[in-house]
Amino acid sequence: MLKISKLTVTVDGKTILNGLDLEVGPGEVHAIMGPNGSGKSTLANVIAGREGYPVTGGSVSFLGQDLLSLAPEKRAREGVFLAFQYPVEIPGVANVYLLKEAVNATRQHRGEEKLDAMDFLKLVREKLKLLQMKEEFLYRSVNEGFSGGEKKRNEIFQMAMLEPRLAVLDETDSGLDIDALKIVADGVNAQRSPDRSVILVTHYQRLLDYIVPDRVHVLAGGRIVRSGDKRLALELEAQGYGWVESDPSTVSAA
Amino acid sequence: MNPAVTDLGELVGREYKEGFVTDIEADTLPPGLDEDVIRFLSAKKDEPDFVLEWRLDAFRRWQNMKQPNWAQVRHAPIDFQAISYYSAPKSDADRPKSLDEIDPKLLETYDKLGIPLEEQKALAGIAVDAVFDSVSVATTFKDKLAKIGVIFCPLSEALANHPDLVRQYLGSVVPAADNFYAALNSAVFTEGSFVYIPKGVRCPMELSTYFRINALNTGQFERTLIIADEGSYVSYLEGCTAPMRDENQLHAAVVELVALKDAQIKYSTVQNWYPGDEEGRGGIYNFVTKRGVCRGDNAKISWTQVETGSAITWKYPSVLLEGDSSVGEFYSVALTNHCQQADTGTKMVHIGRNTSSTIISKGISAGRGQNAYRGLVKVLKGAETARNYSQCDSLLMGDRCGAHTFPYLEVKNPTATIEHEATTSKIGEDQLFYCRQRGLSEEDAVSLIVNGFCKEVFRELPMEFAVEAQKLLSISLEGAVG
Repeated sequence: MLKISKLTVTVDGKTILNGLDLEVGPGEVHAIMGPNGSGKSTLANVIAGREGYPVTGGSVSFLGQDLLSLAPEKRAREGVFLAFQYPVEIPGVANVYLLKEAVNATRQHRGEEKLDAMDFLKLVREKLKLLQMKEEFLYRSVNEGFSGGEKKRNEIFQMAMLEPRLAVLDETDSGLDIDALKIVADGVNAQRSPDRSVILVTHYQRLLDYIVPDRVHVLAGGRIVRSGDKRLALELEAQGYGWVESDPSTVSAA
Repeated sequence: MNPAVTDLGELVGREYKEGFVTDIEADTLPPGLDEDVIRFLSAKKDEPDFVLEWRLDAFRRWQNMKQPNWAQVRHAPIDFQAISYYSAPKSDADRPKSLDEIDPKLLETYDKLGIPLEEQKALAGIAVDAVFDSVSVATTFKDKLAKIGVIFCPLSEALANHPDLVRQYLGSVVPAADNFYAALNSAVFTEGSFVYIPKGVRCPMELSTYFRINALNTGQFERTLIIADEGSYVSYLEGCTAPMRDENQLHAAVVELVALKDAQIKYSTVQNWYPGDEEGRGGIYNFVTKRGVCRGDNAKISWTQVETGSAITWKYPSVLLEGDSSVGEFYSVALTNHCQQADTGTKMVHIGRNTSSTIISKGISAGRGQNAYRGLVKVLKGAETARNYSQCDSLLMGDRCGAHTFPYLEVKNPTATIEHEATTSKIGEDQLFYCRQRGLSEEDAVSLIVNGFCKEVFRELPMEFAVEAQKLLSISLEGAVG
């Protein structure tokens, strides 16, 4: 699904990612953990194609394509989804309107018919249930006046509508209380499938109690310094990031 | 200079000076403005004497007035003696013969707006064939309206057929010498519409399709007068989303609205005159005076405008709230891209008791565009418990454009409630990226964000117009980001 080789990103002369390697297979859920400033969010943004993160070396291949050569909207239509750490407000634009544009842009890209209003609404209602959201939510402006929890839920709702091949969840757990976290995690779990891969970018182990990853990677100094199964997250929780950062011998291949 | 040329010049001047009053068959007047030109115009239209007197009076006052310079716009001084004040509509022979002769860029825009082919031809100034019989369409509407007593005709026709009605109201809202451009218009107006809605009649159609077809020969100095008698209602749509080319650079129109007791006038404008090229060359100067008066209790006037065209827009649709409990509304979207300049807003004058007004202004600046909101809310002494709510939002795209807000408040009654909110925001890279990450192209993302910004105004437009206005905004902003 996704193969990242020797990825290097340099911003203003500072190396943020330094030869990062990562491979995510179909249907797998990988967690990327690491201390603040380790490059977690940079990785998420580079995959999605955000400006301001110049790639100075390495490659990213997605379903056999050179992902880095594609514009952000092309990546999205190919099935790359980013759940934003800070979802953006768009005043005056109803949630449902953005969704419809987004769903149809992807459908068109795949050579499918645009959904008509009835079919679209049917799909929307089904997915709303998944995230336990009320229908009035559709008609509010995108993220405007949403609580932190509502914003994050909205991201996962959008993911459910767009049915991506690869979803990158950037600190989706931050700012959520335990009830909201459960709803979001259930929403993500319901979308796990053999042909959908998920990358969870998170600072805390807490999220991984609810979304159990196949692999856990620890990012430090712009590289993956340790990989393992879900137990690695628990070890980290117990010992703190200092443990992996201070011991270079723990570096292992993903 | 070659003496022969000088002589010819003098000769032309002399012929014109002596010849025009009698020779009303002339198709075009040479440039220049004096009382004789005004007499010629009036004679050409066979106007009643009172109109000629009114025009001359306006002209005399205009001569003592100065071009205003307080607006936040810049342009070279206009030479009013270099303008020709009369020219007959082009005959079919002078027009382009087919769409092949029209600027492909213009046609591309028509296509994007989804304008039918026959209508495209009409808009581009092509002599249309018999299949597209605009005359019969217009006649059908006219019959329907006539049955319920609605008068809807060119102002010149109204002057001939309903002189007393016109005389009663012409200049009663915008006096002849109201301002420099209104005075000029009063002196030389040539085209325009007249609407009268009788007591208690709700005009059954938007006065739009008719207008769109008939707007093709709108003049440089249009004058519109709309009267809604007691308890009546009318919705009037002015302009056209399709870009309109015009050889006249200066447009100075006047619109007067009169709403009597319990009457309601909804006036919507989509203005898309040629804005000039990307360097600001060419383009229309649109200096318009629009004003309505709520002359009776519970009267209501709403202005809604979407201004995307013109090199310079200078326009303040206003409402005088005379009647008790009368209502004035102003909803505006003004977009300036490239080198366009707009100084636009409104005046709400509260005179009667319990009057209320709402102002929603959305300014969008892109490229090197300059956009100013200028608004006055005035509450006179007798306007007990007047209320106003104003909201002025500016959206900036890029870092070479400008937005300016000039709100003026004059409140002479302590019971008034005035609210004013203003915001300025920049279309964010993060908003664009968010939309693109969801699969929208950059252009669709811009259009989505801008339409969201303008939503409160668009929802005031009649449905069909609103859809067109949204498309128009997207087209006007193409290439504004990135």
